[in-house]
Amino acid sequence: MDARRGSLPVPRVRQVGFFTPNAQPAPTRSQSGPPDSSSPPLPESPASNSLSPVMIPPPRHHSDNLAAAPRPTSPLPVPEPSPFRRRDAHAGADNNAPLVGSYNPTETLLAMSPPATRSPSGSHAGDGESEAAMSGGWFRRSNSAKLASSLPSGTFDFSSVQSTAEALKPTKVQNRVGVSEHLLNKTILAEASGRPAPKEQQPEAPSSSKQPKPKLSKAERRALQESQRAAKAATKASGGGKSVAASEEVATVKSVKQHQTQKKDAPHVAVSVAASERKGGDKSQEKERRKDAPAPRMQFDDKSRVDKAKRRSVVDQTEARNRVELFRHLPQYEHGTQLADLESKFLQLDPMHPAIYKVGLQYLAGDISGGNARCIAMLQAFQQVIQDYSTPPEKTLQRDLTAKISSYVSFFTQCRPLSMSMGNGIRFLKNRIAKLALSISESESKSSICSDIDRFINEKIVLADRVIVQHASNKVKDGDVLLVYGSSCVVEMILLHSHGLGKQFRVIVVDSRPKLEGKALLRRLVVKGVHCTYTHINAVSYVMHEATKVFLGASSVLSNGTVYSRVGTACVAMVAHAFRVPVIICCEAYKFHERVQLDSICSNELGDPDAIGKVPGRMDVNYLDDVSNSVNLQLLNLMYDATPADYVSMIVTDYGMIPPTSVPVIVREYRRDHLLI
Amino acid sequence: MKEQTTRAMWWRSPSFILDNRQQQPNDTARGDALSIPLSSPLPPSTTMADPNPNPNPNPLTDKISAYYQTRAAHHGVVSSDWLAQAQAAVGHLPEADDDASNNDQGAPSGKPFSVIDEFNNWRKQPDLAEAVAAIRALAAVIRNSQATTMMELEIELKKASDSLKSWDTTSISLTAGCDLFMRYVTRTSALEYEDFNSAKTRLIERAEKFGEISYKARKIIAMLSQDFIFDGCTILVHGFSRVVLEVLKTAAQSKKLFRVFCTEGRPDRTGLRLSNELAKLDVPVKLLIDSAVAYSMDEVDMVFVGADGVVESGGIINMMGTYQIALVAHSMNKPVYVAAESYKFARLYPLDQKDMGPALRPIEFGVPIPSKVEVETSARDYTPPQYLTLLFTDLGVLTPSVVSDELIQLYL
Repeated sequence: MDARRGSLPVPRVRQVGFFTPNAQPAPTRSQSGPPDSSSPPLPESPASNSLSPVMIPPPRHHSDNLAAAPRPTSPLPVPEPSPFRRRDAHAGADNNAPLVGSYNPTETLLAMSPPATRSPSGSHAGDGESEAAMSGGWFRRSNSAKLASSLPSGTFDFSSVQSTAEALKPTKVQNRVGVSEHLLNKTILAEASGRPAPKEQQPEAPSSSKQPKPKLSKAERRALQESQRAAKAATKASGGGKSVAASEEVATVKSVKQHQTQKKDAPHVAVSVAASERKGGDKSQEKERRKDAPAPRMQFDDKSRVDKAKRRSVVDQTEARNRVELFRHLPQYEHGTQLADLESKFLQLDPMHPAIYKVGLQYLAGDISGGNARCIAMLQAFQQVIQDYSTPPEKTLQRDLTAKISSYVSFFTQCRPLSMSMGNGIRFLKNRIAKLALSISESESKSSICSDIDRFINEKIVLADRVIVQHASNKVKDGDVLLVYGSSCVVEMILLHSHGLGKQFRVIVVDSRPKLEGKALLRRLVVKGVHCTYTHINAVSYVMHEATKVFLGASSVLSNGTVYSRVGTACVAMVAHAFRVPVIICCEAYKFHERVQLDSICSNELGDPDAIGKVPGRMDVNYLDDVSNSVNLQLLNLMYDATPADYVSMIVTDYGMIPPTSVPVIVREYRRDHLLI
Repeated sequence: MKEQTTRAMWWRSPSFILDNRQQQPNDTARGDALSIPLSSPLPPSTTMADPNPNPNPNPLTDKISAYYQTRAAHHGVVSSDWLAQAQAAVGHLPEADDDASNNDQGAPSGKPFSVIDEFNNWRKQPDLAEAVAAIRALAAVIRNSQATTMMELEIELKKASDSLKSWDTTSISLTAGCDLFMRYVTRTSALEYEDFNSAKTRLIERAEKFGEISYKARKIIAMLSQDFIFDGCTILVHGFSRVVLEVLKTAAQSKKLFRVFCTEGRPDRTGLRLSNELAKLDVPVKLLIDSAVAYSMDEVDMVFVGADGVVESGGIINMMGTYQIALVAHSMNKPVYVAAESYKFARLYPLDQKDMGPALRPIEFGVPIPSKVEVETSARDYTPPQYLTLLFTDLGVLTPSVVSDELIQLYL
């Protein structure tokens, strides 16, 4: 990071002249890549370009997609950017000579040599560099941005490299840069993923370029790479024979190959680091950094881990095939198959308590949704479990019950990823169990836990809702026009309560596909005699100027004030903020979480992709029916998004009305409460 | 009224213009129909319409909120000699009254102790903020209480604070001061396990301590803010705030060289009074009309304002015009400092300007206003926290977001 910061002024200066001439270079590729590769907002300004790690494009990504399609073997001669590029290189030479020596050979090689002479070097450089350099467009531009941004980063001591630079393959230096870039990418993933730029494939370029091979066809090269990677992965401990098999499979099926992404990068990094070891003593540094990179949650793009998890799992899950690049770390399964499968297993599953089973099925089928409902259902199922529980001989209740609960929780997770509210409920329960005195009898401890659960549900959810309704309905004035999005039970209670108080207000229910939860809310409101307007989120900017207040529910509120809620909430909040309409978030304090999240990519839930691909009852718009299995089609049905605290005027919780900056205070207080309850 | 709100509810909506036009007769009919049952239970809308919810029985100044009456009484005649006189006059008055009331309490036949009277006594002291007067009055309630149990005492205290609060509902600092007093004084674990008398003395101690803290708050703030006033700086002040005056006075006394721009502070021209005070301290002062703020903002190094109340979001409610000054200062990257005692921290959360209890004040235009012309008589506005830089309070120099932190810790 600091290296990056240090590099700030240089790329700015250097890129001004370089980028302004072709501000919007049209991609020269005629093939259509996956939607996410072409759709992301391109880095507009060179400055931001050089700053944000996301902007570093994955050179390989395109080559991957293009490989399937017939592709000109000789790289396209790039007419426009190369002169700029060369000028850029020269400018670099003028400005800081020592740096040039290290990386510029590549630059000049790529830029100046005609395509014919380039191909040998291109084969060394692998798909990544040369193709990136060739394919032009924004692609190229951001590629150089990567160079520019990574170039002056002082940690890769270029001065020492410089002496050997002539002897070495120029691309190696390049690789080092690329790899470290990638490391940075990983460590600041949260930041990086703020913009959906495809980047997973990137590190493959460096590793591929390591092989000093004569000319190979693209397919051959790739196969080689894959096998090497598989071998690496196999020796890498965890996977064993299984992962070799997995990666063989990977080598054959192209689309599947894309699944192994970030986690698999680790071996590559090791490879390239090893290769570049002589270039300085920063190998250990790299390792350190790798160790530092945390992997707290299950990353579903990690093939071997997913396989392991699958063997353990009760629910039979088929992974969806075409997953969107940026969201591969999240689980996505083929919907429809799980439920029937699980139902058929009902009588075979002895370890699962029927109450748990029932609730799990309800999660899976979507019969129970909403943070509160899910949490209450889960806790009540646990209550039943605890009532039916008897400690096995030779075991203590505390430990055994905690283990049991954990296994149930993992079952729930397989049915549907846990919500934050459930996570907090589980934490509370485990805490209670752990805090049980060893001396008390089993029946006493059971009844104590059950009453604790009851109290939690009552105090933290039911009463909390009532308090929130009291607070929030004070804010509803006569003549107000309240805009609500989706269907949040607290918001509904607020509206009905205010209506019951005789306040004169009107409600705009904003809804969105595919769930259309707003319709149910709309119905309940209309039946009660509330004036309502119903619209879809597409029209939110149109209806927003009528609104005087926006009431939104939340799945969770994070420590930095970010509101994690149903997808679309951020959009509504931003529009409201732009119209200067106050945004009021209603959320019980038990849903607050001490985590900090900057975007909605790191942690999210993927819904059924078919839900957005198909429109039930509308045969005329189901254009995707026959192409739904195409590799070029990736459907993204996100369930949640993160609303930055800037767009939130107020959070109404059971502790009163607080600004989003005070969430950590509540979290602090609440945690203390947790122990007290 | 009801008719109006119904209309207001709909009128922003273009999608309903058509409906409205079609249903014009229907709509009005319905509005009327609605108004009958709804206005009967006295919904909040009627309080909105009611210009003077305060029970202060003064038919002549019906339009002025009691808070501003007090302020007018205090500031209208602020001159140092008068001040000295008044101080001397009231200096022993409260004590006398205290004794009297004590005596009264002692003799059950005498007139009962009234917290409002006590409060009014304290309130006459011009240098004493309303909230501090209330705090002192509440302390006197404890002292004079004849309750024999803790619960009784607490109920008595609660009643007294409620009656004080309802004396002037528009004053934020009064309400907040009473609430804070209740929290601070009664929320002590030392009250348990003790016999009533020692608990009572403890309560009185705490009450007096709180009164002392509140009284000294201004001095503390003045000390804290000295670091921010540097030689050669230009300070823009708005309205008359005793805290800000104290800050500037302290700075002048410590031989700091600075210049002050005073806004005029229409309609009650509080800025003139402040400039008067400052001129006496030999501080170079320039008077601006309220509309010249943006014009002179480029010369200004910092903006200093007081506050009627500090709300939970960290924003402030202050004299009309503060918001626009803060906006101008924010857009020109000038720091906006707020000097406010911590007893002004209120558990309010206005979402926008209109989301507050109204405090009205007559405005003189010098010429008769046609009866058809409406006049905005609201006396204060709300400045959101994002336009404030720092708050100088007796708790320390705080960023706006800490206000909520403090409030949560105090009230939870």
